[in-house]
Amino acid sequence: MCIVLEDKTMEIIDNVGNTPDKLLEVLIAVQESSEENYISEEQLVSVSKGLGVTLSKAYGVATFYSMLSLKQRGKYVIQLCNSAPCYVNKAFEIIRAFEENLGIKVGEVTDDGLFSLEFVSCIGACHMAPAVKINDEVFGNLDRFKVKSILEEIIRRER
Amino acid sequence: MNKVTINIDGRDITVKDGATILEAAKELNIQIPTLCYHPDQSIKGSCRVCTVEVEGIENLQASCCTLVRDGMKVRTNTKRVRDARKKVLELIIASHNDNCLACVRSENCELQALSKELSMKETRLEKIVSNVSIQDDNPSIVRDSSKCIKCGRCIEVCHDVQGVGAIYNLNRSFNMEIGTPLGKDLSEISCVYCGQCINVCPVGAIYEKTDIDRVWKALEDEGKHVVVQVAPAVRVSIGEEFGMPPGSILTKKMVAVLRALGFNKVFDTDFTADLTILEEGNEFLHRLNGGGTLPMFTSCSPGWVRYIENFYPELLDHVSSCKSPQQMFGALAKTYYAEKENVDPKDIVVVSIMPCTAKKAEAARDEMIDSGYQDVDIVLTTRELGRMIKESGIDMISLPEEEFDEPLGISTGAAVIFGASGGVMEAALRTVYEVVTGEELENIDFVNLRGIEGFKEAVVKVGDLDVKVAVVNSLMSAKKVLDMVKEGKADYHFVEVMCCPGGCIGGGGQPIPGTNEIKRKRVEGIYNADKKLALRKSHENPAVKVLYEEFLEKPLGEKSHHLLHTHYVDRSN
Repeated sequence: MCIVLEDKTMEIIDNVGNTPDKLLEVLIAVQESSEENYISEEQLVSVSKGLGVTLSKAYGVATFYSMLSLKQRGKYVIQLCNSAPCYVNKAFEIIRAFEENLGIKVGEVTDDGLFSLEFVSCIGACHMAPAVKINDEVFGNLDRFKVKSILEEIIRRER
Repeated sequence: MNKVTINIDGRDITVKDGATILEAAKELNIQIPTLCYHPDQSIKGSCRVCTVEVEGIENLQASCCTLVRDGMKVRTNTKRVRDARKKVLELIIASHNDNCLACVRSENCELQALSKELSMKETRLEKIVSNVSIQDDNPSIVRDSSKCIKCGRCIEVCHDVQGVGAIYNLNRSFNMEIGTPLGKDLSEISCVYCGQCINVCPVGAIYEKTDIDRVWKALEDEGKHVVVQVAPAVRVSIGEEFGMPPGSILTKKMVAVLRALGFNKVFDTDFTADLTILEEGNEFLHRLNGGGTLPMFTSCSPGWVRYIENFYPELLDHVSSCKSPQQMFGALAKTYYAEKENVDPKDIVVVSIMPCTAKKAEAARDEMIDSGYQDVDIVLTTRELGRMIKESGIDMISLPEEEFDEPLGISTGAAVIFGASGGVMEAALRTVYEVVTGEELENIDFVNLRGIEGFKEAVVKVGDLDVKVAVVNSLMSAKKVLDMVKEGKADYHFVEVMCCPGGCIGGGGQPIPGTNEIKRKRVEGIYNADKKLALRKSHENPAVKVLYEEFLEKPLGEKSHHLLHTHYVDRSN
C-alpha cells in the first residue's frame, strides 16, 4: 500500500494505543483522517496487525457500525434515517429529493467526491422527523426545498 | 459451594448455586430442547430455543443462560413455552436453506432433529435465504452460508480454541452473517484447515470438500493400482458412522471393507508412523548432541504446521524436518513399494483415510512430489469413508476380520498411539530411551502424557540426561508454548504439538458429534489397541528394519533426506 497511508495509520495507532481494546477508537480515527470518509482494505490490514487483532474481528467491527465504512464515501456523508418515525413523516420524499438533486442513488458517491448517500437507523432526532445527518450535523423538519438549500449552501462553501 | 433449591414442573431439585435452569432440569431428566448450546463451549444464549417460564418474570427466559435462585419456580412444558419455541424455530427455518435431501448433514443435523422433536409442521413465514455463493476455493473446507443458523459455535472454536480467527460475525441485525474478512476465501487468509468449525456446526453450513468421486473413479480404472493407507485415529472412530460406540476398535473390519471396496492393497499409516519415530527420534538426538535448535517441535499435524507458518515463521527452525506419516507413506509407495512390486509409479494412486481436513491441503502442497509424482493423490476423511461404505451397500460390521497387506501394513503399538495427544511423544520416548541407553525400557506407558488436556509436561531420565518434554493439543495451547519459546522461557527439549483438541482422534474429519466425552472414549480405544499388540516400540517394527536394509540404509541418510524430510514456508504475509 501507499507508504504515506501506512505511515498515517501507524501514527494514529501510536497516538491512540496499540492494544486490542483500542480497535474502535483507532478505526474511527483512521476514517476521520481520510478525505473520502472511509477505511481502505490496506488500512484495515494495518490496523489489525498494529493492534494484534485478527483481520476477521477488525472487519467484523468495521461492518457492524454504520458510522464506519469500508467503501469510499463523499467528503459530506449524508445519512438518511430509515427508522419508523422518519418513515411515517415521508422520509422517502426527502430521500428522493437528495437523489434527484445529487444525481446519485443511495449507496453511491457523486463524481466530484463531495457527497455520498446512505441509510442509517434512528439518529435520535424523531422530534424533527424527517431528519438526516450530514457528517456531524443533524438537519430536521425537512422538505424538498430545505434539501435543495442545504446542498446549495454546502456547495457554495466548498467553492 | 452454596446449594439452592428450585422447583421445575412441580418437582423440587437442589443444585449448586451458579447452576443454570438447563443444568438443573437435566438432573431431573427433563429434556429442554437446545440449539446453540454445546457441552464443551461457553453459553451463548443466542437461539432462544431453550426458553422456559419463570414465575414472577413476565418474559420467557432462556434456560441455558438463566441462573437458578433459591425458591425459583420454573415451568418447561406449557402451551406458551411450546408455542414460543416453535415460533423461534419457525424464524430460524425461514432463513435456512432446508434442502435436506441433498445435505451432507441430513439425519445428523441438530436443526432437523429439533424440528422433529418440536413436531414442526409447515411454516407460515416467507423464506428469505441468503444466496451468498458457496465458498470452496481451497482443498479442504466448504462453507455454505445459506445453511448457517448463526449460532456462533464455529467462531468460538476458531478464535478461542484454535486462536486462528479466520471467521467472525460480519454486518449487523438481519444482515449479520458469519464469514471471512473482505470476502476472501479461506485460502487467502490465516485458516489452517483444521476443520474444528465443521465438528461443532449443528447443521450443514460447513463441511469437508469431498473427494469420494475421485476415489470411485480411480477404483474403476483398470490401468490404476490403487493403494490405501489408514491413519491411526480412524480405526477407533469409523464405527460411530455405523452406530457403534465411540472407541470401538474396528481395525480388521475396516481392512476388510477397504479390500471389498476394491483397493488393490490396504496399507497402514501406522507403518510410516513407526518410520517417523526412527527419523524424528534420530533427528532429535542429532539436535541434542550437535547443538541444534531446541526445543524441537513435532511435524505430523498439518494444521499445526500451517499455523506456525502463518503466525510464527521466525520459529520454523524448531519444527522437525520430518514429513508427516501420511506424506512419508506417499513418497515410499511410489518409490520403494513400486520397485519392490514392479509397478510403474505413474499408475499408482495413493489414497489416504484421515481423521483430518488439513491433510487434504497437506497432500496438495507444491513440494510434496519427492517420488517424482504427487506423493499422495487423494485424501478422504473418516466421515467420507463412512459415506463411501454406505454408498457401496457393504455391511462393514458383519464382514469377517482381515489383516493389512505387507509390507507397508506392518506396525507397532507405538504407531497406533499417534492418534491421541501425547502418543507421538510417548512413542518417541520408547525408542529414544532404548537407542540412547541400550537398555530395555521397563515401563513403556507414559501415562502422564496421555489424555485430552491441552498442556502436559514431563521430565524423563534418558541415560544421564533429564529430558524435559511438553505435549500440547489445540492451537491456543501451542501458542502458549510458542510464546514461551519466543520469550526464552521454554526449557523443553522436545514438544509434541497436535492442532486439534485431544489430538487426531478429535480431528476435523472425524464423525460428528465429537464432544470431549466422545473424545475420551476414542482415546481409550487408542490405548487399548496399543496394549493388544505384541510389538509396541517403533524400532522393533520388522518391516521398517527391512525398509532400512533394502532401501533407505540408515535414518537421516541420503534417501531419507530426499524422500522423508521436508522444508517449510513463511506464510505470514
